Amino acid sequence: MEIPKSFLGYKRENGRVGTRNHVVILPVDDISNACAEAVANNIKGTFAIPHAYGRLQFGADLELFFDTMIGTGKNPNVAACVVIGIEPKWTKRIVDAIASTGKPVEGFSIEGAGDIKTIMTASKKAQEFSQWASEKQREECPLSDLWISVKCGESDTTSGMAANPAVGNLMDKLEPLGVHLCFGETSELTGAEKVCATRGSTPEAQKKFMKTWSDYNDFILKEATNDLSESQPTAGNIAGGLTTIEEKAFGNFQKIGSRKFIDVLTPAEEPKKGPGLYFMDTSSAAGECLTLQAAAGFNIHLFPTGQGNIIGNAIEPVVKLTGNPSTAVNMKEHIDLDVSKILKREMNMDQAGDELIKTTIRAASGRLTCAEVLGHKEFIMTKLFRSA
Amino acid sequence: MANTDIIIHDEKDNVGVVVIEKITPNQECNCWIMENDKSVKIQSKNEIPLGHKIAMVDFKEGDTILKYGHDIGKVVKDIKKGEHVHVHNVKTKKW
Repeated sequence: MEIPKSFLGYKRENGRVGTRNHVVILPVDDISNACAEAVANNIKGTFAIPHAYGRLQFGADLELFFDTMIGTGKNPNVAACVVIGIEPKWTKRIVDAIASTGKPVEGFSIEGAGDIKTIMTASKKAQEFSQWASEKQREECPLSDLWISVKCGESDTTSGMAANPAVGNLMDKLEPLGVHLCFGETSELTGAEKVCATRGSTPEAQKKFMKTWSDYNDFILKEATNDLSESQPTAGNIAGGLTTIEEKAFGNFQKIGSRKFIDVLTPAEEPKKGPGLYFMDTSSAAGECLTLQAAAGFNIHLFPTGQGNIIGNAIEPVVKLTGNPSTAVNMKEHIDLDVSKILKREMNMDQAGDELIKTTIRAASGRLTCAEVLGHKEFIMTKLFRSA
Repeated sequence: MANTDIIIHDEKDNVGVVVIEKITPNQECNCWIMENDKSVKIQSKNEIPLGHKIAMVDFKEGDTILKYGHDIGKVVKDIKKGEHVHVHNVKTKKW
């Protein structure tokens, strides 16, 4: 197949391109969720991203909180953003950082004003942003404006045979076109970590990967009461035929095809070394991983599943594919692309990769994904340690 | 082309994965090795569901299971060629 050269996206003020045109009402903290949701309810064409944190965090955990909030607002899928927090200081820090992209953003703090007055003033701004954003048009953009993140979930052995290598095939075809790519899941590379390290494109990238993995493994050994056998593989993985974390890891790893990663990112860190494949240190919990990848600026997500994970994301469209013929039928409403014909040898990997490229470009150009029409807007903060 | 019942990722692998709804005991199964596009046959000993693994050789306790050409765990209970390979007879080497 000749790979299409372009997709239809929203050009943003800072040169990045969005696959969506969201107007987001972003609460800074747990107690501002009610206000943010009231504003989103008042003003059509907006939505709130409620979450559970943002109070009394400190140190590295607080910094990751800010990186996640700021990165979410900066993501090119967000056209404009209203930020609402209890106190002005943290609210302003987030607003100022998002404003560096040049997009419309305004902050409101509830302390001293109360919910009702804040809802009124923030709603007026949200109305202005919503109507402004509604006039934005999609334009033809080169595929190099795609920043594609990947993560698999509820994996089974069909993931390693069909859906994951289909993603790998897409990576092999799109990386040479200048696309940014990102995989994560530090814990689920356990067992394949040494092989994965050899995929670093430089000795520095390889060293950085091994350090990231070892730090994670030390943390597990320190915190775990026995081992991870209860959660890695999960009950769903085992039902699907996966026996050990090593087997899961080598299946997981098929997602990067034959690519090499150019750098290792900390959670939510924006890639700065240009196009190519990046590894990000993330949890393997889908909600947490996708939230961090979206906060790093990725604008479309590919999610291979075996037994049928139903995850979506607040700002990144999630394209789901499966190689499991039962899941493709029984959970049809969640599956954007069925590649189970690979198991019957009625479809080869080259064809599966081509189909996935087509599906990805359609979703990037505006076709709603299954997760979007089903209302999945997961936004899950990664917490490094408990709050003060 | 005969229907494929079992897929083997790599030539070095000593297990295959069932890709039909299930295989039944004493079924003559067609296996396809993805890496080199070769076909082999195996007779099953157990019922094995979609996505689960079958032993392509006899294993003794302590042996290593190879899939994707890599070590994915150790045998903790002897396994005969054609039997179901899973958490009851294989464990991780990691933890």
